[in-house]
Amino acid sequence: MATVTFDHVSKRYGPEVVAVNDLNLEIQDGEFLVLVGPSGCGKTTALRCVAGLEEITDGQLRIGDRVVNDVAPKDRDIAMVFQSYALYPHMSVFDNLAFGLKLRKTPKDQIKRRVDEAAKILGLERLLDRKPKALSGGQRQRVALGRAIVREPEVFLMDEPLSNLDAKLRVETRANIARLHQRLETTTVYVTHDQVEAMTMGDRIAVMRDGLLQQVGSPQDLYEHPVNIFVAGFIGSPSMNFATTQVDEGGLKLGEARLELSAKAAQVAADRPRGSQVTIGFRPEHLELLNGEDSGVVKIPAKVDVVEFLGNEELLHADAQGNEIVALVSSDRRVKVGDLIDFALPIDKLHIFDPETEKSLTA
Amino acid sequence: MSATSTAVTSAKAQRSGGSPIRGWNWMASLFLTPALLLLGVFMLYPVISTIVLSFDRGLGNYIRLLTADRRFLDLSTFPPSGALFNNVLWVVFYTTGCIFFGLLIAVLATRVRYEPAIKAIVFLPMAIAATALGVIWRFVYTPDRDTGLLNALLGIFHLGPIAFLGDTGWVNTALIIAGIWGSVGFATVILSAALKGISTEVLEAARVDGARESQIFRRIIIPMLSLPISVVAVTLVINVIKLFDLIYVMTAGGPGSSSRVIAFTMYQEAFPAGRVDYGAAVAVMMLVILIPVLIFNVRRFRSERVVQ
Ligand SMILES: Nc1ncnc2c1ncn2[C@@H]1O[C@H](COP(=O)(O)OP(=O)(O)O)[C@@H](O)[C@H]1O
Ligand SMILES: [Mg+2]
Repeated sequence: MATVTFDHVSKRYGPEVVAVNDLNLEIQDGEFLVLVGPSGCGKTTALRCVAGLEEITDGQLRIGDRVVNDVAPKDRDIAMVFQSYALYPHMSVFDNLAFGLKLRKTPKDQIKRRVDEAAKILGLERLLDRKPKALSGGQRQRVALGRAIVREPEVFLMDEPLSNLDAKLRVETRANIARLHQRLETTTVYVTHDQVEAMTMGDRIAVMRDGLLQQVGSPQDLYEHPVNIFVAGFIGSPSMNFATTQVDEGGLKLGEARLELSAKAAQVAADRPRGSQVTIGFRPEHLELLNGEDSGVVKIPAKVDVVEFLGNEELLHADAQGNEIVALVSSDRRVKVGDLIDFALPIDKLHIFDPETEKSLTA
Repeated sequence: MSATSTAVTSAKAQRSGGSPIRGWNWMASLFLTPALLLLGVFMLYPVISTIVLSFDRGLGNYIRLLTADRRFLDLSTFPPSGALFNNVLWVVFYTTGCIFFGLLIAVLATRVRYEPAIKAIVFLPMAIAATALGVIWRFVYTPDRDTGLLNALLGIFHLGPIAFLGDTGWVNTALIIAGIWGSVGFATVILSAALKGISTEVLEAARVDGARESQIFRRIIIPMLSLPISVVAVTLVINVIKLFDLIYVMTAGGPGSSSRVIAFTMYQEAFPAGRVDYGAAVAVMMLVILIPVLIFNVRRFRSERVVQ
């Protein structure tokens, strides 16, 4: 097992495209790190750099203590699960799993033992003679995983391995991969564009945007202390509400309404020039309908546009002084479209962002 | 006006004739008749009459062909010789040569920037008539160093000149090389298209799995191309069993009869030599040799359909 270190790694395609821009990231031994970000942000490229399928333009990439910039993929002791699975179509499942071991001249009986073991873990025992063509999507996905685990490599690289599965299978497989990682404790870099996958699977999450690393941290860290508007909006579902507020004598005004602030937030507001604007952010699930006597809450007045009933909860779409916001509240209080209501937000759940730099002022 | 009325009547005819309830479909048979007549007159009849003609002397023509005609098959020498054996040489070396070089060029071309240009150049000979190709290569092989390209090259190393087309030891090799030059473009284009169909991720998976480039070629690319390779092989084999024009233009079967092939023998016996029934027997031999190839081909397409 090994660490993976990106040391100022950049990957450019031609003079124009910078797919990965000065990435610094250290992945611990045995860690499950999720690389997440919107499509096209450079996740796959970063992963392919680790695999050795892309030559890096700048910087240094290390696996363990070894600099691998110029090491061929076959000598890096990594295994990769591709988004398309990339199974060998002319080989049986057994041969797909065994291919890497055969190339390493592993003794026959040992190949058999390791393939059987992997097949057992993944429930592939009865499919070993089939060709990939005769497998379902979920089965192919498991073969792709199996091909990685029989090799017992230093590092697993997975590129959106669940994106071709249907919703139900995705949830199941998510848990299976997590279980597999607990069992094998192999360093894993897992790429996804789905923040739910990232939140549920990662020991740590690295959020990327346009080739730039935005923030690295535990799921809880990213959820509670996003460093900028992008991470705040990307992590969490439904995503965070943002509203523009005015800095006023010792506080913030949302339209006509003055906002109650925590000491920290009040300090932030006091440091900004009066009359300037800041962006506030708050999560839908932290909003509640205001009870007359609540204290220690930020009061946010709004007019309800749409009510989406979800069963236990309902999603209220509302207009707060010209800002579209969403609230996730329990569905016992019947709110109707057109109602003027006050939402209550615990004061420590309010994030403040600089609208120019988009950086968090409260993180 | 008349066009519309024709359209209307034919539509009506189709409706009445298209009913599958009546056992005999008159309209369908009417439409089929011209095609069946053409096939019968121009294909079936000649085949049958050729077979009949070949038995003019009972089995005599065949016995002579396979046992006594040294220009057709001579097993007394080593290596054997004769038109039939020459054709075996063609099948083996021309087919493997085309596929080997076609595959090589297709794989190498994917790694350079001028791929379309390279493929266009390799494919160019396909646009040349076989007779013209024969003339070009006759010049290449001419012993005279002023016109013969190959002997001019050998001259640089103080070798030769060699009469490639006049030497029984060289003639078949020289002809087969010219044939490969003419057809390698066909193999290249088909195999390169098939190569494009292999997902790059599969090749990358193999690379990550630990395969060297040569192992990827042998254990991934070749097996994944086995179907297109067999399509190319069968097409080339069928072409080469019927081979005539290149031989006719370049050597006329010579020197002596050393570069004859089956189709050339058929022509030579039936027309210049005037032994029509003997020529017919050669034609029937050719048909008999082709039948297994055709059966293999049909079978393969059928099994393809089953797989899909
Ligand atoms: N081979 C390539 N040539 C040029 N640009 C590329 C190439 N591969 C990726 N890119 C560009 O690099 C960026 C990052 O791509 P990628 O890593 O695939 O994103 P992601 O996996 O996050 O969706 C994209 O803008 C993409 O267009
Ligand atoms: Mg990607």
